Amino acid sequence: MAEKTLLDVNPSGLIEHDHNHDGIDRRGFLKCMAWAGSGALCVIHGGVLTSKALGLPGSAKAHARGELSFVQISDSHMGFNKPANPDVISTLKAAVDKINALSEPPAFILHTGDISHLSKPEEFDNVDQILKSTNKEIFFVPGEHDVLNDDGAMFRERYGKNSKGRGWYSFAQNGVHFIGLVNVMNLKAGGLGTLGSDQLEWLRDDVSHLKASTPIVVFAHIPLWTIYPQWGWGTEDSGQALSYLKRFGSVTVLNGHIHQTMQKVEGNVTFHTAFSTAFPQPAPGAADSPGPMKVPADQLRSVLGITDVNYVQRRHALALVDSSLASSTSRSMS
Amino acid sequence: MRKKLLFGGVAIATVICALSLLHGAKRENAPSSAAMLLVNIDNFSFSPETVSVPVNSTVTWVNKDDVPHVIASTQGVFKSRALDTDDKYSYKFTKPGTYSYFCSIHPSMVGKIVVR
Ligand SMILES: [Cu+2]
Repeated sequence: MAEKTLLDVNPSGLIEHDHNHDGIDRRGFLKCMAWAGSGALCVIHGGVLTSKALGLPGSAKAHARGELSFVQISDSHMGFNKPANPDVISTLKAAVDKINALSEPPAFILHTGDISHLSKPEEFDNVDQILKSTNKEIFFVPGEHDVLNDDGAMFRERYGKNSKGRGWYSFAQNGVHFIGLVNVMNLKAGGLGTLGSDQLEWLRDDVSHLKASTPIVVFAHIPLWTIYPQWGWGTEDSGQALSYLKRFGSVTVLNGHIHQTMQKVEGNVTFHTAFSTAFPQPAPGAADSPGPMKVPADQLRSVLGITDVNYVQRRHALALVDSSLASSTSRSMS
Repeated sequence: MRKKLLFGGVAIATVICALSLLHGAKRENAPSSAAMLLVNIDNFSFSPETVSVPVNSTVTWVNKDDVPHVIASTQGVFKSRALDTDDKYSYKFTKPGTYSYFCSIHPSMVGKIVVR
């Protein structure tokens, strides 16, 4: 699990898609290199590039040095105490140690939800306390575990002061437009994650003034691509949301919820899910249910981790690196 | 896992049998809320998924999973708080009808209570 497996990688490690076959270059290029024992490095070139950016110059490490670095963490499930991980405090601390040890300090942190396990104030307090030692600004979107009994009122009170509606918002950093979406509320029986028409309308307006060359990063808890509907791993109306982002050359979608890393490239859109910092979940369909997966204690940290994202402005590229908590860059194993 | 589920099913079947016996044997002056039924939440599913009970029965859900679930009527008739592991939620059905419900945070989990 330390090394990411990617679908559709040809022998050169290049993924190409041009579903429209219309000669307009909206292909996304993605090159992945195994990152010894700690995940994979992926360099994505948005479709506005007019030439095939084959064989980027420099080493894998050089690609990771961007003009904007940020980190995604997810699914800390503070309050969870079952056999799959009786100590989620330690593993979240290990994730923080890992962030603090990054050679390029992140500008900020995105948390893609399930901060708490049971939406309890003390669970949120614990996470806040642990994340404080990163000294970074943190942007949150809620997971379903964060909005259990009050439709997210406490979550928004804590983390969504400047958000709209049920907690969505956007901000710009170094020319990249970040959009935090909420797809864990007002769910319908038998359905998947839901954005809702009010949020979709806001999204359409939010991006309408942006140039097509603006790199877009969307983050939300439940995957915005359909991974496994039998387990609810998808979002009903994500197609509508993505239609508003079609004209952009580079779109990166960061999700959590499924407690494992997975990636798909479709046109100019790269979909990526992050590790949890608390417990792993089975691969789609690999178990009777998507519940917490118990692994031998000495393997737990190899299936938990963080995602480091770098943006290189002049290359119009976003690089994603998944690192497990067991990998060597981890400074401490408390 | 599968074995455990089967056992759960057997246990529930036994409970239902016992309950229907009780119901059949109930006297005219016995309280009309004679039936009580248990629905287990296990492996992200309700078992039994569909149950049929006489009017004024109380249905109790027990969460056997490692993650919380929320019982919510599709028509908004009833809704539990988040049920952590081993937490229970009960609702008394005083009107006949078919009550569909689901887990409001894992909406692929659905079930039905038929009240006769
Ligand atoms: Cu549930």
